[in-house]
Amino acid sequence: MLLTTILLSLREIRRHMMRSFLTVLGVVIGVSAVVTMVTLGHATTRSVQSQISGLGSNLLTILPGQGMGRGGGAQAAQPFKIDDVDAIRGQIGGVTSVAPQVQAQATAIRNAANWTVTVNGTTGEYLIGQQWALASGRVFSAAEEQAGKSVCIIGDTVKTNLYADDETIGTTLRVGRVSCEVIGLLAKRGQSGIGGDQDNTVIMPFRTVQRRFTGNRNVQFVSIAVDPRYDNAPIRDSISALLRERRNITGGKADDFTILDTKQISDALGNATAQLTAVVTAVAAISLLVGGIGIMNIMLVSVTERTREIGIRLAIGATADEVLMQFLVEAVVLSSLGGLVGLALAFVACLGLSIPLKMPFVWEPQINLIAFAISAVIGVIFGYFPARRAAALDPIEALRHE
Amino acid sequence: MTPDVTPDPLNQPLIALRGVTKRYGVGAAAFQALKGIDLEVAAGDFLAVMGPSGSGKSTCMNILGCLDVPTTGAFLFKGVNVEGLDRVQRSLLRRRYLGFVFQGFNLLARTTALENVELPLVYRGEPRKRRHDLAMAALDKVGLADWRDHTPAELSGGQLQRVAIARAIVTHPDVLLADEPTGNLDSERSIEIMQLLTDLNRASGITVLMVTHEAEMAAFANTIVHFKDGRVGGVETLRRPGADGA
Repeated sequence: MLLTTILLSLREIRRHMMRSFLTVLGVVIGVSAVVTMVTLGHATTRSVQSQISGLGSNLLTILPGQGMGRGGGAQAAQPFKIDDVDAIRGQIGGVTSVAPQVQAQATAIRNAANWTVTVNGTTGEYLIGQQWALASGRVFSAAEEQAGKSVCIIGDTVKTNLYADDETIGTTLRVGRVSCEVIGLLAKRGQSGIGGDQDNTVIMPFRTVQRRFTGNRNVQFVSIAVDPRYDNAPIRDSISALLRERRNITGGKADDFTILDTKQISDALGNATAQLTAVVTAVAAISLLVGGIGIMNIMLVSVTERTREIGIRLAIGATADEVLMQFLVEAVVLSSLGGLVGLALAFVACLGLSIPLKMPFVWEPQINLIAFAISAVIGVIFGYFPARRAAALDPIEALRHE
Repeated sequence: MTPDVTPDPLNQPLIALRGVTKRYGVGAAAFQALKGIDLEVAAGDFLAVMGPSGSGKSTCMNILGCLDVPTTGAFLFKGVNVEGLDRVQRSLLRRRYLGFVFQGFNLLARTTALENVELPLVYRGEPRKRRHDLAMAALDKVGLADWRDHTPAELSGGQLQRVAIARAIVTHPDVLLADEPTGNLDSERSIEIMQLLTDLNRASGITVLMVTHEAEMAAFANTIVHFKDGRVGGVETLRRPGADGA
């Protein structure tokens, strides 16, 4: 009997395409809005997180001074020395690499072309910690690091702008006032979420940059890679304790250095996008509710419009329950169909939007299933009231209705 | 589910109204539509109800059709007191024993003749194949088998009423209630419909109860009951049920 009722309601829906379409329009829009928002929201979260993990997984960066960036308090704070780096390497467990860094801006010149690059003075450990592979060539030897030789490893952007398709390894590149031999070419890394083009870099031994570019013995920041088997937080705490001791910060005094944790940043940004997704989804859910009310309104009008039909059905022997069932099933079938159309629309919308938004498209069965279930439930809830009204009609009155 | 209405062994009349009254509304606005109707209809009869408007004939038909219940008095269908049945039981009674034909045809719009005729069978829970066969047989009986795929908008008035009659008889009801079945038809079509009803009454033994205000149509019946001011004003017997002639 239920199957027959469903078939009959499908027949009714087909016979009144326009009415059916208008009835479910709200649900179609609501479902597609919710699914599109959730899918795109998740895609955003994922893409933010993958961009941050592109900076390197489980990386800690220690800067002098408080607050993000190199400005502000960094000036006043005492810079790090190479001893601090050695102390961290020697006393902190659970880290895979500890690398000092000094940076400078310089113009790289080759033949007639010149190009502004970031000169990065560090050690071979830096590339290990960053999990940054070489496309060709080699990293610095210990001897080169110690002696502060003029050797360099160049990033992909530098190669593109100064070498085009030429061979890089073994050539001499002038960076600022320094002529250095190119010994390695870094693999392409792309844009990072923060900090722009990572590939526009020339990496030189730490001492070389100190001596030839910055002219002092300061370490601007320390890059630490945490062993993935360990949690970042306790390591952060022990580094903090060690540095406070070395910098004579006692009692309640604030740190004069900052430890940036990529995992922390990634989590925070992930949470922020998740919250944003939730808010947008809630707004979309309201449109789904409005869609449900739309179904109820049109079903109520439809009951009035179909009074005579109800009268006929009652006269030829339909019970009130059967009429109620008919209208309820019609509402549920309608809103479920609307839900399916909404899912299809959302699929198309997500697919279409993922291209301009430069986000990967991932079809998520879970939200699709939930949205479909909600559309069916909306049919039951908002179909019940009109259905009850239809079932309560007096057959004599209903037959007389014009 | 069907109320226990078994054919009566004591040869009671199929339908009996005993002192039936019907009042609408309460207080000063109350309207006494029926003021005490006593009427018996034997199985196989063809009864025409006549009377001016407001005489209570439609109210009486609604009660006979189990769409309404008397205020006082008894309505016995096959010996069962219908006034004591609830809404669902009366629905089931209509489904099982009654067929309706209306002045305005009352077919479902945008629905083919065949589907319209199948409708009562759907509520009886007949399987698809049997629904189709029975509906085709009924359409064949009213001479519209070839029109099965036409919707009401594509049929003439006479054809619409034939489809409605097919819908009413598809369940092989005991009683066919026709409320001014020729009211919307020209005289030629009216006579065709009346002949169809007479045939069904004679050949299939269906008891026909018909309301009409046209004496020409009432003349097809065996018995004419005249209503006047909420009472039975007179009963004319034209011929005995099952008798030949006319």
